[in-house]
Amino acid sequence: MNYTFPARLKIFSIVLMAVGFFGLAYGFLAAPKTVAEAQAMVADAHHGGHGEEAAHDSHATTADSHQEAKHEDAHAAEGHSSDEAAHGEEHNDHGEHLLHQLQNRPWAALYVAAFFFMMIPLGVLAFYAINRAAQAGWSIVLFRVMEGITGYLVPGALIVFVILLLSGLHFNHLFIWMDADVVAHDPLIQGKTSYLNVPFFLGRALFFISGWGLYRYFSRKFSLAQDQATDFSNHKKNFRISAAFLVFYIVTESIMSWDWVMSIDPHWFSTLFGWYVFASMFVTGITTIALVTIYLKSKGYLEFVNDNHIHDLGKFMFGISVFWTYLWFSQFMLIWYSNIPEEVTYFITRIEDYNLPFFGMLAMNFIFPLLILMNSDYKRTNYFIVMAGIVIVLGHYLDIFNMIMPSAVGDQWFIGIPEIGGFLFFLGLFLFVVFKELTKAPLLASGDPYIEESKRFVY
Amino acid sequence: MSSQVVHALYDDDDVLLKAVKEVRAEKHHIEEVYTPFPVHGLDHAMGLAETRIAIMAFIYGIIGFSVAVTMINFIMIVDWPQNIGGKPSFSFLENLPAFIPVMFEMTVFFAAHLMVITFYLRSRLWPFKEAENPNPLTTDDKFLMEVAVGKDVDALKELLQKTGAIEVSLHEK
Repeated sequence: MNYTFPARLKIFSIVLMAVGFFGLAYGFLAAPKTVAEAQAMVADAHHGGHGEEAAHDSHATTADSHQEAKHEDAHAAEGHSSDEAAHGEEHNDHGEHLLHQLQNRPWAALYVAAFFFMMIPLGVLAFYAINRAAQAGWSIVLFRVMEGITGYLVPGALIVFVILLLSGLHFNHLFIWMDADVVAHDPLIQGKTSYLNVPFFLGRALFFISGWGLYRYFSRKFSLAQDQATDFSNHKKNFRISAAFLVFYIVTESIMSWDWVMSIDPHWFSTLFGWYVFASMFVTGITTIALVTIYLKSKGYLEFVNDNHIHDLGKFMFGISVFWTYLWFSQFMLIWYSNIPEEVTYFITRIEDYNLPFFGMLAMNFIFPLLILMNSDYKRTNYFIVMAGIVIVLGHYLDIFNMIMPSAVGDQWFIGIPEIGGFLFFLGLFLFVVFKELTKAPLLASGDPYIEESKRFVY
Repeated sequence: MSSQVVHALYDDDDVLLKAVKEVRAEKHHIEEVYTPFPVHGLDHAMGLAETRIAIMAFIYGIIGFSVAVTMINFIMIVDWPQNIGGKPSFSFLENLPAFIPVMFEMTVFFAAHLMVITFYLRSRLWPFKEAENPNPLTTDDKFLMEVAVGKDVDALKELLQKTGAIEVSLHEK
């Protein structure tokens, strides 16, 4: 049975996009143009009189660049009132930094949401390829749902690419290593310029996106061709390209996460960052499969999907949530324990300025799914899967938020109109593209050799 | 007569599973099934009550977790305060990340070992215990179904033969 895109859902996704668009537009318009405006905004936020002091204090905590730390030392040495002139100059530097942070905020809000919704289909694509390469028997009835979700990969990744391109053209300061001025004063970044330079960076991005897109295109093509085929040649081809894709994927996904996320903090690095981002996209992707499947089932489609399939997705949601926590903790504990200044600033910024999202995300991504999804019966109940799923999806949005915001806007973060707008805009776009893609093919991959096994799958 | 049982021997787990269902459908009481390896779905087919070991695993895990917290707090903070990673805060909460691996391991250790011990107790197993399985072939490659004899022995034997048993015999229990 073919799926038809209900008009109400279409309107809903368009409304989400419109609301999100206005939220983002407001964010860009409300960003300060001058240093004075930026300082006035922060002063307002801190209730008048304390403004100056608060703005100043906030800078002491964003010790993420060496320059910043140097200013801090100089400032401490000269004292607050001993040298008025130096103090004024100092303040201007801080003001400029503040201006950059506030101007970054709508860009970062846009980038976090764009990246987050791009990584969902990428995680689903990896899950799909694993099922293909492992010749899994249980998941065939979910293949069309997965293919529908991965339909957003290429548009979503191209949007991220455009944002990266705009960064490369200096429309924003998300990636400070793209700023020649910063690099000139920073020997650490100078040592990395052979890798971190705009043309190579964008070239890599295009290479990754085209690789993922090609696999998506051919696996979908073979999958559709298998429906009508009399032999299993399409299935075998899909098996082969899936195995090859998984090798390509884990390498490019790792490099992608260094490029698109970790390089926002060009001084800091973590060797398991690729795995960490992978775990995040994998669990969000699997959760999205479960949510879309349950939605379609509630509308009377996918009658061949039963509780056993949902149960297995629930097990994956539970397992990969724990896996994500394992990686998060491995990264955190080693850096916390060794306490090396250039590494530990990363977590100090997050604990001091982002305390609630940083630890809140841990509760949402680990403790909540752990307790809710531990019981075997709960994993067979749609209500619990949906509830846990929504928390997991929002929790991993916060995860990406915590990866990008601290270096982009420092302590000037807030989940306000631009952030919510960005989320809603890409949610609307995601829903629109995914459900449009679902209408293009029958919801059952009827020609697959394992289809009967999948239909009769009993846990 | 009531202490008599019929032993039916099978050589395939799928045949056995089907036979169990048929015998139960005929309202015979299956006392026990001996298999060389766990047969998936057999407990369900025999109508055994769902295992409660999962609940015990959760409780054992919590016990292990509590033991770990108490132990590590006493060792590292109370009894002989330790300087952890150059951060001599002497506070349990501030040094929590260093203790998490210990808590995890103790949770798993307690859950796993106590579960195994519980399983042995419930199955009445202990070292040097004589095996209860009536036919040593069930430790190799055969499956044995033990059915209580009701009124008609011959009818039961015939039914078991029909379900694909390779050998059917009457035993006193």
